[in-house]
Amino acid sequence: MTNAQLNRFKDKAFQAFGLFCTFFGLIVLAIFLLDILKEGLARLDWDFLTSLPSRRAARAGILTAWAGTLWILVMTALIAIPLGVAAGIYLEEYGKKTRMASFLEINIANLAGVPSIIYGLLGLELFVRQLQLGGSLLAGALTLSLLVLPIIIVTTREAIKAVPKSLREASFALGASKWQTIRMQVLPAATGGIMTGIILSLSRAVGEAAPLIVIGALAYVPFVPEGPMDEFTVLPIQIFNWVSRPQEAFLINAAAAIIVLLCITFMLNGIAVYLRYRQQKKVKW
Amino acid sequence: MSKNYKLEAKDVNAFYGGFHALKNINLALEEKAVTAFIGPSGCGKSTFLRLFNRMNDYIEGFRLEGKVLLDNKDIYQKSVQVDELRKAVGMVFQKPNPFPKSIFENVVYGLRIQGISKKGILEEAAESSLKQAALWNEVKDNLHKSALALSGGQQQRLCIARALAIEPSVLLMDEPASALDPISTSKIEELIYTLKDRYSIVIVTHNMQQAGRVSDYTAFFLSGELVEHAKTKALFTSPQDTRTQNYITGRFG
Ligand SMILES: Nc1ncnc2c1ncn2[C@@H]1O[C@H](COP(=O)(O)OP(=O)(O)OP(=O)(O)O)[C@@H](O)[C@H]1O
Ligand SMILES: [Mg+2]
Repeated sequence: MTNAQLNRFKDKAFQAFGLFCTFFGLIVLAIFLLDILKEGLARLDWDFLTSLPSRRAARAGILTAWAGTLWILVMTALIAIPLGVAAGIYLEEYGKKTRMASFLEINIANLAGVPSIIYGLLGLELFVRQLQLGGSLLAGALTLSLLVLPIIIVTTREAIKAVPKSLREASFALGASKWQTIRMQVLPAATGGIMTGIILSLSRAVGEAAPLIVIGALAYVPFVPEGPMDEFTVLPIQIFNWVSRPQEAFLINAAAAIIVLLCITFMLNGIAVYLRYRQQKKVKW
Repeated sequence: MSKNYKLEAKDVNAFYGGFHALKNINLALEEKAVTAFIGPSGCGKSTFLRLFNRMNDYIEGFRLEGKVLLDNKDIYQKSVQVDELRKAVGMVFQKPNPFPKSIFENVVYGLRIQGISKKGILEEAAESSLKQAALWNEVKDNLHKSALALSGGQQQRLCIARALAIEPSVLLMDEPASALDPISTSKIEELIYTLKDRYSIVIVTHNMQQAGRVSDYTAFFLSGELVEHAKTKALFTSPQDTRTQNYITGRFG
């Protein structure tokens, strides 16, 4: 074989390998989805979505679970978005490039990789015990906010960094102050990227069970939460609870609840993909 | 200091970290005249130009020694408000950089950030600066169209209009036509010609013919030094320094 032939062969071989890897992941996911759909779709009806939990599988519903998930989603967003975006703006635009700043930077990046159960333990000590919030929605949302803050901070900074320097210079040269430039040019241009980060981080928060179990969220909550101090459960905990029962009927319930949870996360991811697509379509200059 | 100059640099040295970018520059620029900065790439023209509206302030590790005066006042003094300075000293960049907004909003941006929001005032300012920038006839029916939909040459004239809207007395232009086709370039040159009655203009250019056509004075820079500064005609016909001679006859750079 000549050198060129060898190179072509390597090229082909890598392509085939890459194709296999791509399909491997997709096929496993597809099998899992089909399995879940086959098992759970028939169980999924209006009653299932609007019934309270019950000891009898056939009467049990996920009303409290998805209501809890929605509460947690909204409250986490309200807490984490302003904090995360403001911290991202500060670090990127105002933070001096000192030793302290790079130390902070590395630590925030590391925080994004800390296992979620650790955040649960932190939440348990800080919010549940010290601040005496108990196993409430507020404690849960605060804990999940800690979990997603690093992600929001990092993506906000990336989005701000991606705003072309020429845009800032144009604004400064016309006499704009730093804050005016940030508010009128940088943030609008970075919104797509920031939103994408926010939504992906929220979709992660929606799927978490471990930290909420640690802070004491219950599997069995017989009422829909009405305020931030109420006890709650969320879909992943409900699913976890049903999956660990021996009866076939509860496994079917779990499959149906998984479909609902997947719908929520797919919807969030869909919005993120759409925002990124819109941002890429914007004219570059 | 008997004469009143518009802009003056006194014993200016500038550094990017350890790199000595401008070396001992003394230069005084006349009011309501066009001065061209020429010189090979990397000689410090942009660095020097950006001193006059303090655009280098944002570059990390940048350091300035010496004095830069506008109307005999040191613009690097602590008491100087940078945004006030930039109302007096406008700038046009090499690549057209309109905001991703409408044509109208681009032109009135400088006024809006000053807190001016009366529709009548903004509309008047937009019309008069677009006329000064010779763009009015092309865009007057589409003021609310996106500025990014304009051609490169139109975008650059929009950027000039935007700079004029805040009524500066100095206009700094860093290779304003280098990204443009010949027709747009000549439009910009004509424009500079008509603007010099009202503004003091400094233009960086790589195009010697352009310097010859539009400027009254020319300053030649080489490796961070100001080699020669003279009336444009004199500098091109009888340069005093052999390095200037070599450069304008195309022997290096
Ligand atoms: N931000 C920066 N950091 C470090 N060095 C810089 C920076 N900007 C410019 N320089 C250096 O300073 C010198 C002068 O740069 P400047 O941009 O002023 O040159 P110029 O004459 O405008 O060149 P050109 O004609 O290519 O635009 C160059 O050697 C350049 O490498
Ligand atoms: Mg330059």
